[in-house]
Amino acid sequence: MSDILSTVAFDADGFMVDANAWTPEIAAAIAAREGITLTDRHMVVINYARATWKATGDAPTLRNITKNTDVGTKELYELFPGGPGKLAAKVAGLKKPTGCI
Amino acid sequence: MKTFLILGGGTAGTILAHNMVKKLDTEQWKIIVVDRDKTHYYQPGFLFIPFGIYKPEDTIQPKQKYLPRKVEFVLSDIELIEPDKNRVTLTEGKRVITYDYLAIATGTDIRPSEVEGLLGAGWRKNVFDFYTFEGASALGEFMPKFEGGRLVIHITEMPIKCPVAPLEFAFLADWYFTKRGIRNKVEIVYATPLPGAFTKPRAAAVLGDMFKKKGIHLEPDFNVSEIDSGKNTISSYDGRELPYDLLVTVPTNMGAEVIGRSGMGDDLDFVPTNKHTLQSNKWPNVFVLGDAANIPASKAGAVIHFQMEAAVENILHHMAGKEMHAEFDGHAICFIESGYNKAALIDFSYDQEPLPGKYPFPGIGPMTLLGESVLNHWGKLGFRYMYWDLMMRGINVPMPAKFSMTGKIK
Repeated sequence: MSDILSTVAFDADGFMVDANAWTPEIAAAIAAREGITLTDRHMVVINYARATWKATGDAPTLRNITKNTDVGTKELYELFPGGPGKLAAKVAGLKKPTGCI
Repeated sequence: MKTFLILGGGTAGTILAHNMVKKLDTEQWKIIVVDRDKTHYYQPGFLFIPFGIYKPEDTIQPKQKYLPRKVEFVLSDIELIEPDKNRVTLTEGKRVITYDYLAIATGTDIRPSEVEGLLGAGWRKNVFDFYTFEGASALGEFMPKFEGGRLVIHITEMPIKCPVAPLEFAFLADWYFTKRGIRNKVEIVYATPLPGAFTKPRAAAVLGDMFKKKGIHLEPDFNVSEIDSGKNTISSYDGRELPYDLLVTVPTNMGAEVIGRSGMGDDLDFVPTNKHTLQSNKWPNVFVLGDAANIPASKAGAVIHFQMEAAVENILHHMAGKEMHAEFDGHAICFIESGYNKAALIDFSYDQEPLPGKYPFPGIGPMTLLGESVLNHWGKLGFRYMYWDLMMRGINVPMPAKFSMTGKIK
């Protein structure tokens, strides 16, 4: 798995530099590095995050995810422990979400 | 006769009304302002009410007093906006207004019902907001009776109106309890969904240091799951539970409900808007001013002042069938009241985070950026007069719209 990641460019915080280079295999490897084994439920969030990025150029907020998928906030924290917004963006190959001011 | 309809007569709606009266031929254009509340609130003043610096009545004026005479003011809630049909239905008498141009300035409000338990038994007993006139006034009555314990200041989720206000609340609380001689009996905790004290790195570092100096405990990455009024605890999704004696929370901020009802908003009922032109992304004859827009700028009065020039120019160009080339740059300026008659000042834009240095304030002199000073504090208090006597009367305020690097240190 680490072989896959050695071919991918990351920024200092571990977010992919080029979201277009993302593949589901890379997602699995990034997730594994973060201690997460991907399930279908993770993929619901990741696919939504990718679709949002394609439409708007940004990663979705937690509220976007919970309102537009069937994943609730509690489950989201179980799937991506700690910071689900950042972690989901990372596994989805997107840039670090910019906190709105 | 054509109609220019403005929804909302607060900061943005009032300044826009003054501009349109001046710029449009009122023989040809009828300008209507609709608002459900006859009171205009000086919202920056709400922060001072809990600490007894302002009385509640210091923050209110009649809305109509500040609207130009040539404007028709309609006091009513809005039932529905139908942008595809260019019409708006009011609740009062079910009046229907058909417009040629629509300006949405319906602002943002708190939605405490978004957090489980927030509206429980403790609401406005020992759980308060200070973003509404009622909340700030209730807290103003509670504070002198608070004799010590754990104060938790809390932000639910971003974006919020005036993102520095909760920081100011923390600094003022430190000063207020010190002045009362009970600071040693009060623990101050600041729980935020952000990874630090503020969104932008340079300012977060400076403000984080101020927290340490003032003995305010920072609880970062705190995403609230529930408030339990029985146990007096606030919990996060990652399993933290903070007990409180007094909870001062900033509930979820959302746009007006009519925006959601009319299918014009995003997940938070803010209207998707071009961040440079301030035109709606979907309807060319609809412009969105102030807090109602989803643009990634601060939701604050100074931002409205800075965006107005570009918005008005673009509206007029669009009416004339010309290309819109005026661009709002996301410019924001905020005083951060820090207690002990001092304040800090930050000045920033879409592209430039707050930096230290000096802000060349015309007629007053250079003001310290990203550092505390007494002059900044007087600037903050003086802003109330500038707001009512200049901004709300459509008189030009000597603060250039465009962000500038002058005086700033990289």
